[in-house]
Amino acid sequence: MQNYSFDDTHIIDIPLEKAMTTENLQVFYGDNHAMHDASLEFPRYRIAALIGASGSGKSTYLRCLNRMNDRIATVKGKIMYRDTDINSKNINVYEVRKHISMVFQRPNPFAKSIRENITFALKRNGIKDKNELNKRVEESLKAAALWDEVKDELDKSALALSGGQAQRLCIARCVAMKPDILLLDEPASALDPISTAKIEETLQQLRKNYSIIIVTHNMQQASRIADYTAFFHMGHVLEYDETEKLFTNPEIKATEDYISGNFG
Amino acid sequence: MDEIKKDLQNPSKATHQDYFGRTITYICIAFVGLLVISILYFITTRGIATFTANHVSLWKFLSGTNWNPGLLDKHGNPQIGALPMIVTSFSVTILAAVVATPFALGVALFMTEIAPEKGTKILQPVIELLVGIPSVVYGFIGLSVIVPLIRHTFGGTGFGILAGTLVLFVMVLPTITSLSVDSIKAVPMFYRSASLALGATRWQTIYKVVLRAATPGILTAVIFGMSRAFGEALAVQMVIGNAVLMPHGLLTPSSTLTSQLTTGIGNTTMGTLPNNALWSLALILLLMSLVFNILVRFIGKKGSLKK
Repeated sequence: MQNYSFDDTHIIDIPLEKAMTTENLQVFYGDNHAMHDASLEFPRYRIAALIGASGSGKSTYLRCLNRMNDRIATVKGKIMYRDTDINSKNINVYEVRKHISMVFQRPNPFAKSIRENITFALKRNGIKDKNELNKRVEESLKAAALWDEVKDELDKSALALSGGQAQRLCIARCVAMKPDILLLDEPASALDPISTAKIEETLQQLRKNYSIIIVTHNMQQASRIADYTAFFHMGHVLEYDETEKLFTNPEIKATEDYISGNFG
Repeated sequence: MDEIKKDLQNPSKATHQDYFGRTITYICIAFVGLLVISILYFITTRGIATFTANHVSLWKFLSGTNWNPGLLDKHGNPQIGALPMIVTSFSVTILAAVVATPFALGVALFMTEIAPEKGTKILQPVIELLVGIPSVVYGFIGLSVIVPLIRHTFGGTGFGILAGTLVLFVMVLPTITSLSVDSIKAVPMFYRSASLALGATRWQTIYKVVLRAATPGILTAVIFGMSRAFGEALAVQMVIGNAVLMPHGLLTPSSTLTSQLTTGIGNTTMGTLPNNALWSLALILLLMSLVFNILVRFIGKKGSLKK
């Protein structure tokens, strides 16, 4: 692979209200320095995409944002959310994850009914009222564009859903908790194009009420849905810009090579 | 907005539950740890008393063939040679494993590869039933069926290593089978598909692909079976003959470490040499089960390295 300089970076400041920012975020797996000084800003009600080759650190970075790396890696630096550094010791991580939800690459519905998949977290958080629960189930399934397909079989096992449906259920499950921020780790990479299109449509809808950060391998997907895109390479963020600018006129050679397929 | 910020910084019900749960697990682990340490301490101190307090040489203990802890021989030395029991214990264990493994593998393959449906419906409950039968029942059957059968077929008393092996064979069969079933089931389906798609027959697939991939698991199963056989006392005691003599064949009465322990422990006084000698036998059993455990670990590690 060609050697690109890690000092050559182009990272813009976004003059919008921030949903969250990271300052000099570093991740270590034991001695392995997996993420170097990532400082990014994510505006509210926008979609930001993280792109880069496998092993570039984008998933690692994403998992830091709701403290999913807690027992796996050492994370240094600041993660600012609501003027609070949520990467500090005295933070209640359970509250963090209530407000910053994550959807994983492989659809991972629980072995419960569709309804229970959604009410699981709600009940754990003290919502007991049947009407409220039903309302949330309907709202979140509609938000994830799944309602019409499953409204008559809410009590059937979620394991019987197709991959695309299951993934939208996972999104609905997060949305039901009314979080601030949705983190998605390659949510469509295991899905067919039609399911992928539906997921993207769902994300476009959700963008009105949620701030979304999505890791994707699919550059077309990033250019279709994201407002801002960050390019990761070997544990460094090399470029972060408006999506259109990054894809049409990148400032950094590595980004240009990556999006044009001349990488490595 | 501010409320969320406050929530982020303050402990909630969830964090308290977390602490509570963690504390309970720590208490449990401390208790179990203490238990294990005290058992180890007790057996070890008692077990080495034979050598430290009664000044019996370790070598004589391991290589001597006379076992008569209450009496001294004509030179005035205590007669505690554990070799006959060690040999018998190992013989029955290894023979039982050697005999049981092919059968267990056959049953396991039938249950997983050849007729999975019948396997889970009929054989699984049978295997579980075999595990659940108390060892005294096995011993009793051995005593009333196997021992007379051997006596009529081969002559002699019928008690001995052969009878012990046959009883242990039935006892370790379910252990080896169910653990082998687990490890064969854990072989990913795509291994089989890949092999079949290359034109291999079902038998070739089972033999060359499935069993190869399951080998570490199967070896672990065999060792678990062996450690069960090694530690089994009651059933063996009922059919082995309980004469502490060096076995001259499969048909002469003998005694294993465990059977000697159960026979002798009621007839000795704490702190005397005969009692300490029994504790030394227990220490050997403990060390052997440690060895079996280490072997299982080692095989597990080797198996996972290949991936």
